[in-house]
Amino acid sequence: MKLLEYQAKQQFASVGIPIPEGRLARTAAEAAAAARELGRVAVKAQVPIGGRGKAGGIAVVDTPEEAEREAARILAMDIRGYPVRSVWCETGLEIASEFYLGITLDRDRRRLAIIFSAAGGMEIEQVAEDAPEKIAKLWPDPFAGPQPYEIRGMVFAALRHAPQFRDQAAKIATRLVAITSSLYALAGSLDAVTCEINPLVLTPSGEFIAADGKLEVDESAHYRHRDLADELAKDATGDDGRTGEDPYEVEAQRRGLTYVHLDGNIGVIGNGAGLVMNTLDLVKQQGGDAADFLDVGGGASAEKVRASLEMVLLDPKVRGIFINIFGGITRGDEVARGVIAARDQLHITKPMVVRMTGTREEEGRALLREAGITPAVSATEAARMIVELTRDGS
Amino acid sequence: MSVLVDSTSRVLIQGITGREGAFHTQQMRAFGTNVVAGVSPGKGGQDAGGVPIFDTVADAVAATGANVSGIFVPPPFAADAIMESAAAAIPLTVCITEGIPVHDMIRARAFVDRIGGRLLGPNCPGVVTPGQCKVGILPNHINAPGPVGVVGRSGTLTYEVIQGLCQAGMGQTTSVGIGGDPVLGLTFADVLRLFADDAETRAVVLIGEIGGSDEEDGADFIRASGFDKPVVAFISGRTAPPGKRMGHAGAIISGNTGTAQSKIDALTSVGAVIADTIEDVVRLVRERL
Repeated sequence: MKLLEYQAKQQFASVGIPIPEGRLARTAAEAAAAARELGRVAVKAQVPIGGRGKAGGIAVVDTPEEAEREAARILAMDIRGYPVRSVWCETGLEIASEFYLGITLDRDRRRLAIIFSAAGGMEIEQVAEDAPEKIAKLWPDPFAGPQPYEIRGMVFAALRHAPQFRDQAAKIATRLVAITSSLYALAGSLDAVTCEINPLVLTPSGEFIAADGKLEVDESAHYRHRDLADELAKDATGDDGRTGEDPYEVEAQRRGLTYVHLDGNIGVIGNGAGLVMNTLDLVKQQGGDAADFLDVGGGASAEKVRASLEMVLLDPKVRGIFINIFGGITRGDEVARGVIAARDQLHITKPMVVRMTGTREEEGRALLREAGITPAVSATEAARMIVELTRDGS
Repeated sequence: MSVLVDSTSRVLIQGITGREGAFHTQQMRAFGTNVVAGVSPGKGGQDAGGVPIFDTVADAVAATGANVSGIFVPPPFAADAIMESAAAAIPLTVCITEGIPVHDMIRARAFVDRIGGRLLGPNCPGVVTPGQCKVGILPNHINAPGPVGVVGRSGTLTYEVIQGLCQAGMGQTTSVGIGGDPVLGLTFADVLRLFADDAETRAVVLIGEIGGSDEEDGADFIRASGFDKPVVAFISGRTAPPGKRMGHAGAIISGNTGTAQSKIDALTSVGAVIADTIEDVVRLVRERL
């Protein structure tokens, strides 16, 4: 779950990190009203993806009329597949310097990493590549959290490569201790896997303000943050009930299925994440392209197989379906009966190839063959068959 | 010989009265696993099909001498269950649960590291030493004793490999599923170290997937330790698009890290041979035994 910029900022503000004054507008008229109240503002598209400035999703306006016009333009935009549902109108900042402060999951260290740099306003990944010495990191003890001395150490380490801050370093470090401690507490309370302020602006009067931010909540922890999810859904949802994410993936989520939408035309269903990923690879090896990744999970009940077939077929690009089930203790004849029943109930006429293992797999294959569904013994063979069956002209 | 579990393992099941815990306890006992205790807070004193239930892991360990724990409790309580097992000084904790919040796992992993003991998983199929002991959810009938060590992230792909090896007449010393989460206990490198020390393991199959850099770390271990047993590796997700989570919480390419190619390159550079299909895995292992 990725929060929008304004939601992230409201979270920052809730733990005492200053943010610029702003108003949310869902219509051009609301944007005009915000400009009337705040004066010169930046009108910023609220989409959960970067690069909106380059795409034309941010405009600085001086008058309410201009705000109305620009907001209307931005609200009609679709930024890299995300329709703009709202704009955040916020007052400009006087900027002395821009910093970066972020918290992210470091898989290699199996801890959260706090990252600080005086090279703010740029993609931190780019800074890490071009000038790694400008980045300082800290991996706090998961039980104690970051201690002030550790945060000071991180800040001094980063500022060592930014001599222009030499006279202010102690003051900056002191302020950063407070901001970093608050941000870390926020990341913990929200189960954030990314919690980033970029840029963290230092104003000429010496105040730090979070000028932009990213906040992403761990999918496995959604159950602890239903309120946020509800708010996000309300905000990002348009009249068509969509959230701006891939519509098929949204639908799959609603149906409780583990599904990733892809570009090809061969529907793929299997059990187990690794096995389904491998199934996509096999399809590619045989010269085809998968339309999706769908993991039915353990058990692979007849009902789950039916629901999965239904989901995969929502995409009209799908020309055929490859079902790859490792049976384990599941009986092959049961899987076969489930697939046949699902095909009949859903009136599926597109070609299907089923590869399965398990006890009584030969009986299962016989049943499939009788029902006109192509059975396969090996996954590689099955991939070759479905690519053949869905090729142009077949 | 074997690694992690054998016929002397005394197994405790946390969450033994839940649907998954109850079913798989029965499966493990049918396999021959010595399940000595179950834990289900508030149900101490009862029994589950002849297995005594205790309120706490500490009680169960004191009464039964359990030395391996299998965790089947739901995600909101699983990190706590891991810490309870480690705190009771159980040497090996196997966590099957999928969907544990990552912040919980960061703490649980740090706790286990501090106290000592090994954690396998979470979000893993468990571990099986054919003919001796299984802790987890791997199917009972597909394995047989033999000279191959198997270690994988994915459950079903690991089962495919085990079954393929058995059908070709090659059994396993131990098969270990390390799991598909971003924050795990035992890593590929840890399990390779165990296989290095196991005299009966004559070849290793490593089943990796996109995301993170555990496969690369495994390759580093092979180089640094002079691991000299043949390694056949299989990496799934070669065609997965970047930025998409492919089923497992940890299976995601972030920027340039976690790609299949990076893993294939790292493993190839230390002499591991890469298999393109499960059939290839079996063929390549046979050629190296």
